[in-house]
Formats: sequence, structure tokens, C-alpha cells
Amino acid sequence: MVDAPLRTGNINKKHNPKLAMLLSIIFAGLGQLYNKRYLKGFTFILLEIAFIITLIDFIGLGLWGIITLGTIPITDHSIFLLVYGLISIIIILFAALFYLLNIQDAKKQAKQIKEGWEAPGLFDSVKEGYDKSFVYLLTTPGLILLVFTVVLPLLFAVSLAFTNYDLYNSPPRNLLDWVGFENFKSLLTVPLWRNTFFSVFSWTIVWTLVATSFQIALGLFLAVLANDSRVKFKKFFRTILILPWAVPGFVSILIFAAMFNDDFGTINRDIIIPLFGGSGINWLSDPFYTRIALLFVQTWLGYPFIFALFSGVLQSISKDWYEAAEVDGATRWQKFKNITLPHVLFATAPLLIIQYTTNFNNFNVIYLFNEGGPAVKGQNAGGTDILISWVYKLTFETNNFSMAAAISLIIGILISLFAIFQFRKTSSFKEEGQI
Amino acid sequence: MNRKLKNTIEMIGVYSVFGFMSILILYPLLWAFGMSLNEGTSLYSSSIIPENWSLAHYQWLFTDPNSNYVNWYRNSMIVSGSNAVLSVIMTSLVAYAFSRYKFVGRKAGLYTFLILQMFPAMMAMVALYILLNLIGLLDTLSGLILIYVGGQIPFNAWLVKGYLDTIPRELDESARIDGAGHLTVFVKIILPLAKPILAVVALFNFMTPLFDFLLPSIILHSQKNYTIALGLFNFINDQFSNNFTRFAAGAMLIAIPVSIIYLFLQKYLISGLTSGGTKG
Repeated sequence: MVDAPLRTGNINKKHNPKLAMLLSIIFAGLGQLYNKRYLKGFTFILLEIAFIITLIDFIGLGLWGIITLGTIPITDHSIFLLVYGLISIIIILFAALFYLLNIQDAKKQAKQIKEGWEAPGLFDSVKEGYDKSFVYLLTTPGLILLVFTVVLPLLFAVSLAFTNYDLYNSPPRNLLDWVGFENFKSLLTVPLWRNTFFSVFSWTIVWTLVATSFQIALGLFLAVLANDSRVKFKKFFRTILILPWAVPGFVSILIFAAMFNDDFGTINRDIIIPLFGGSGINWLSDPFYTRIALLFVQTWLGYPFIFALFSGVLQSISKDWYEAAEVDGATRWQKFKNITLPHVLFATAPLLIIQYTTNFNNFNVIYLFNEGGPAVKGQNAGGTDILISWVYKLTFETNNFSMAAAISLIIGILISLFAIFQFRKTSSFKEEGQI
Repeated sequence: MNRKLKNTIEMIGVYSVFGFMSILILYPLLWAFGMSLNEGTSLYSSSIIPENWSLAHYQWLFTDPNSNYVNWYRNSMIVSGSNAVLSVIMTSLVAYAFSRYKFVGRKAGLYTFLILQMFPAMMAMVALYILLNLIGLLDTLSGLILIYVGGQIPFNAWLVKGYLDTIPRELDESARIDGAGHLTVFVKIILPLAKPILAVVALFNFMTPLFDFLLPSIILHSQKNYTIALGLFNFINDQFSNNFTRFAAGAMLIAIPVSIIYLFLQKYLISGLTSGGTKG
């Protein structure tokens, strides 16, 4: 405390930090009173009293509710109780954080007083308090919104995965129960679930890898071509090449769905049948061809973003690099491999990773194109359903909420593992970590 | 000579790639545009170059009592507009705090944002549906807006914070010395300098609800409340072959203005993403 003696010279050896801490543990604000910070102390005391009066009943109900999920059917609504319970836990966590800060504050200031520091006057205290708490005014609205629209729903979804909530067992008529890992177990052992899960899962992986890699490869290829100094009308070609990004995705997907239609689609009517004869390809009723069509559609939709991104990076690579390589007699392939590619990938790695995770959950394309269909025998998902569209169907078509939540949880874990693993490898994350 | 020939062949190759891509890109769009101008409603008798030009479908969308198109358009504008405005306010406040202040939970908050970004809102769709039902916001536009505004915070707060970090601190420090308060610094110094990234955030958050299908389909149930993506989907989903030409007309009215805006602004979008995005 270098600046402490500036205020006063009185060293107060009797003042005891431990006592201040203990008082604050007993009741928030008591330690502050002992430190003679009356305004702060009374505010804290009022806050704690208000907290106890208004919230203790709710928290009690919430904790009881989340443990038992209700005991009397119809009177107790398991879903309400679960939500109350989660809100209670969140409130308790914030209250605990506040309490911890209160104790720390009491201890810190008691120490300062012991070393001779004297509290500023009322006006200065208020100003200091405003300075210190301004940042919380900034973040609180966002924090509250985030808790209720993102954190609470995620926690709720996670909890549902461990209950038995479906069409036949739904509140308020029935009570829900905690079933542990039962849902995950049936996903792996009940034949219908297991078959569906593995076929959907493997298609999700193939879809993610192939569609995204096509997008990136095509985007890179076209960006390199368009960056060639000999190409004329660059602006014109760029605009056309970027067009699929500008058109709203759902419009393009629905247009493609009509174009690929088995009966009246232009692809069968105007291209396949005139060229190859026969009765056309079953684009929407044969899973194999639907998958091919989907990969084509997603490549069409997704490459322009990569193209635009790479074009920007390519223009920023210094000409000196290429000139130096030419002096050394490098071939075009060598220049591409050793200069262009590393530059481009380095600058955009995080955005490319996001492309993979986006496609993993690319609900729009799968669902709007053919609603995940066509139907397949022996499983309860369509032939082109990916995990996320399967979850959608389980939730809104068959009301199998618990299973949907369990699969959501698996998706979340996979995505975050992948993302953490990849982000750690990219340098931009490391740079951020140093701050 | 040899070199010149090689050059020519290469250029022919490049241009034919571009030509082929142009066909792949333009054909579906022109096809849909052509469909929207066909007179009948059946795809069997329609062709890309209509025999009888007609604006009947466009007229139907706006005048027929069975058409909710104007409603959908207005709903989409309400949702997109509110989301853009509210998101900019919310995100800039949070990003300013994370960029300039030291406070309890700053580091934990940053990591939380990073992790939450990875979980798409749709992972929680079961929960959102049930929760909104509990508080009676199911089938309302405000419920939808609320979810959008909350869900965008983690990603955009990072984006804007990354940008604010590049604004020199000396600027706000010298303003503080001149007696400016916290709010003054924020409004008079930070906000004007952050305009480019805030424009990107506004545009993103205007476009996301406009294109989104999943969340509206979970939350909105009555035809009157549909947003445009949901409306158009259900429109053709009922009887695909019979309504496609009408769908095409409705789709053109949203696709053409949006595409023009995008083509004008794509440069800023990309630079916004690479400047804030790659840094975190």
C-alpha cells in the first residue's frame, strides 16, 4: 500500500482483519460496519435481508422440485419444478459469488485500516462506488438476457436428457423421473435406436467432411483463378461467382428442391431424360441420389463465402514473395504450395473451422431440401437426416423430448471437443490467450 | 510463340471454368425467375421462358384475401429491424465493458462466450419451445426477437471486443483527464470509432432472422405470425407442384433486394469478419 499513508498517518494496530472477515461471513455487511464503511455496510445488509425475504421460499421450492420432480401428479408440474430448480441454482451461484466478494472486501479494507488508511467522505465513497460498479451496469442487461435465453435453455436441455419425458409420459398428467443414463443406454442398445443413431451419425460425419471440403476446395480454386493478373472483367466474374452467397439460402434451397423433383423438376425433365433417356433419376426418393444432390446444393451455397474470404487474403500477399520464388526458379505448383496455401490457411483457419461446425448442424439445407427424407426401413429417421434434423423431428413430430435432448447433448459435446481441439492448434487463439 | 500459345490455352481454360460456373449459378436463379412469370400454377406446363408473360402471381400475393404475404414481409421486417437495433445496443455495451474495464468474472466471461458460441441455439430448441410456452411467449414475435438478441451476444461480443481492442486507449484516457465520465467516453469516443464493426453487427443481425427457418418454425404457429422464410416454405410445402410459381414470385421479391444489398456490402462483411473474427 504505497499510497495509503498519503491520506493519514494514524496506524490502527487494533483493527483486526480476521474479525472483519468473520463478521462478514456471519452476515453480509457486518464486517463493513466494523470497518466504519456505514453506507456500504447498510447497503449489503439490506441486500441480504431483501434476498432472504423475497427469494428463500422460491429457492426452497426450486431445490425440492429439481430433486424430486414433484410427488403428486397433476398438482405438481415436473417441468415447472425443473425450471424453478435451475433458476434457483443460478441465483444461488450468483449470491455465493456476491457473498464471497463481500467477505474479501471486508478483509481487504480492514487490512488497509490497520495500516493507517482512512475511509473517504460520503460524497467520495458514492463516486468511488459508481466508478467501480459502472462496468456492472454495462454488463448486467446482457448477462441477464444471456442467462435466460442461452444458459438456462442449455441447462434445461441437458437436464431433460436424464429424464423420461415423451408423448406418453408428459406433465401435468404424469410426473417425470430422473432416469440417469437410461436414454443414452437405449440409444446404444435398443435395436431401432441403435441402427438409426449409427446410420444418422455416420452420414452426419460424411456430410460435414465432404460438403465442407468441397466448398473450401472450390472456393480456393476459383479465388486463385480470379486472382490471376491476366483475367479481364474481374469485377464482373467476381460478382457472378459471389451471387449464391447474396441470394437468401432458403430461397435457393427451395428452388433446388423443385429443380430436383423426381416428376416435374427441370433436372430430370430438361437434362437427364433428353440426354440419357429413361425415366430420370429418383433424386428425392432414393437416399443415395438425395445425398449426392445435397452435397451439390451445399457446395453451390457455401463456396462463395470461402471464395470472397480467400480473394481478400490473396490480394494482401506481398508480390515480393512470388518474385523471390521466381528468381529461385520455383514452379507454379511450388509457389502455390509454399506461399499461397500457407498464407491463406493461416489467415482464415478459425473461420474455416467454423465452416465445419456450421455444416455439422446445417439444418436448413437438410430439412428444406427434402425434410431429411426419403424414409428408410428399420429406422426412425430419414435417409438424409443429420443429427440436428433428427432431433427436430423427435421433438416436434414424435414429441420424444428426452431422447431429443440426449442426442442434442451428444451433438454439443462432439462440437465443443472438436472446436476446443482445433482452436488450441490455431495460433490466433494463442495470441488471444496472452492478454 | 510457344509461350504465347500456352498463355492463350490457359486463358481459354480459365474463362471456360468461369463460363461453366456462371451457368451453374445463374440457371437456377433465372429458372425460378422465369417460373414466377408463368401464367399457370402448374410446373408441368411452365417453362423458363414463359409463353405468356404475366405478373398474375405477384398480383395474387398482394391482393388476394387468402394471401398473408404482406403480413409475413412486415413480420420479417419487425423481427429483423428490432434484432439489429437491440443487438447493436446490447453487444456494444458488453464489448465495451470487456475491452476497457477490469472486473470480477472478466476472464471467465470471455471463456464462457467462446464456449457458448459453439453450442448452436438449436441445440436447446426443445428447451426454448417448452420455456417460451411456460411464459406465454410462444407464437409471438417478441419471443422470437428475445431469443435472437440473447443468442447473438457471445459471438458478436467477441467480434466487437476484438475491434475495440484496436482503438488506442490513449483516446479515452485523455478524455477522462478532461473530465469526461464513463458514459460520455462511451458515447462520444468509442461508439463513433466503432461504427464500421457495429454496421457489420447490425447487418448480420438483420439478415440472420430474415433467412432463418428453424427458430421461427419452432416458435411461430399461426399463419399470420409467420416470417417470410417460414411462410414461403409452408406455402409450397402444402402442394408443391401447384404453388411453385407463386412461391417463386414471393421468393423473387425478397431475394432481389437482399442480393443487391449483399453485393454492395460484401466487402465490409468480409473485412469485418477477418479483422474481428480471426483474432477471436
